[in-house]
Amino acid sequence: MRMIKFEHVGKRYLKKVALKDINLELKPGKIVGLIGENGSGKSTTLKLIAGLIQPTSGVVTVNGRRVTRRISEHVAYLSELDEFYGFFTVGEMIAFFASQYPDFNREKAEEIRRFMKLAPDSKIKNLSKGNRGRLKIVLTLAREVPVVLMDEPLSGLDPMVRDAIVKGLISFIDLERQIVLITTHEIKEVETILDEVLLIKGGEIIGHKNVEELRDRENLGLVEWMTKVYAGDCPPTV
Amino acid sequence: MTDFDSATPIYLQLAERIQRQIVRGDLKPGEKLPSVRDMGVQSGVNPNTVQRTYRELEAMGIVETRRGQGTFVSENPEVLQTLRESLKRAEISRFVEGMKAMGFSDAEIIAGLKDHLTEAEGRYEDD
Repeated sequence: MRMIKFEHVGKRYLKKVALKDINLELKPGKIVGLIGENGSGKSTTLKLIAGLIQPTSGVVTVNGRRVTRRISEHVAYLSELDEFYGFFTVGEMIAFFASQYPDFNREKAEEIRRFMKLAPDSKIKNLSKGNRGRLKIVLTLAREVPVVLMDEPLSGLDPMVRDAIVKGLISFIDLERQIVLITTHEIKEVETILDEVLLIKGGEIIGHKNVEELRDRENLGLVEWMTKVYAGDCPPTV
Repeated sequence: MTDFDSATPIYLQLAERIQRQIVRGDLKPGEKLPSVRDMGVQSGVNPNTVQRTYRELEAMGIVETRRGQGTFVSENPEVLQTLRESLKRAEISRFVEGMKAMGFSDAEIIAGLKDHLTEAEGRYEDD
């Protein structure tokens, strides 16, 4: 059983505490949203799972294995930043990723590229911001890995691109085998595709819910729930 | 496209949408529903949620899943008649609750409804 697990995980950057004593278990077959204000620890959480940073205390495991930099064999990580080679074309970038990751599925990449309406011969430096966002989705979802992490995949993109990305997620994620974690401020936009949500504040997880149960039991949508918990009106359940 | 209200589970809202499509005849008895993933993309919903919607409709006997073939609208006329009846009741009770909440009496509601139907005659299609 593949799973992401945090046991008493803390992370400090010099004097700044980014995460405090996080305990968390996530099961496969789900799309999980990480929400919370800027600087609350969302990206730090993803980077710990991706093995890009190490915890100051505690243990992070993926699939029972302690996370190190080598976890990238099992984890696809979509960064908030653009880190492409501008002189590559879209097709060359896909070929480059295929050469870097043995789990990269070229056929699937082509399928997603067509879905995202990206021309293979466009130079990356000439792509709009929206098309770079689309390309990142192609490169991330073409990897057949158990864990997919997406840091702010919708941020700063226009509504049409956001819609294409959300639809792309629904079309190309393999929920039989994968778990997907998404950090976002665009809560309304992802609400209908999330199974679970984690609410982070000041480096602590102050809520962990199944999104449908939240509607069922408390008659609350995500935005209302987040507002309520942030304001301290309702007891957080972790 | 993704107009779901935030107080009710999405799988139930999607189930209701499909039921209305069946009653309206947009989905015919025996017709195949879109695959879970296609329905997910069309309605902007997580495939797990669509799966749950289909399971729910199946438990109600409104659709049936044929192994390896997909999910189909039931061809059982009784089931469809019951569905028609229950959607009617649900819609009426929603309307009546709203009217009562505003303080209208039964007689006023009935008279108002009759007037409305007479005035609107021909405006709604009969089939």
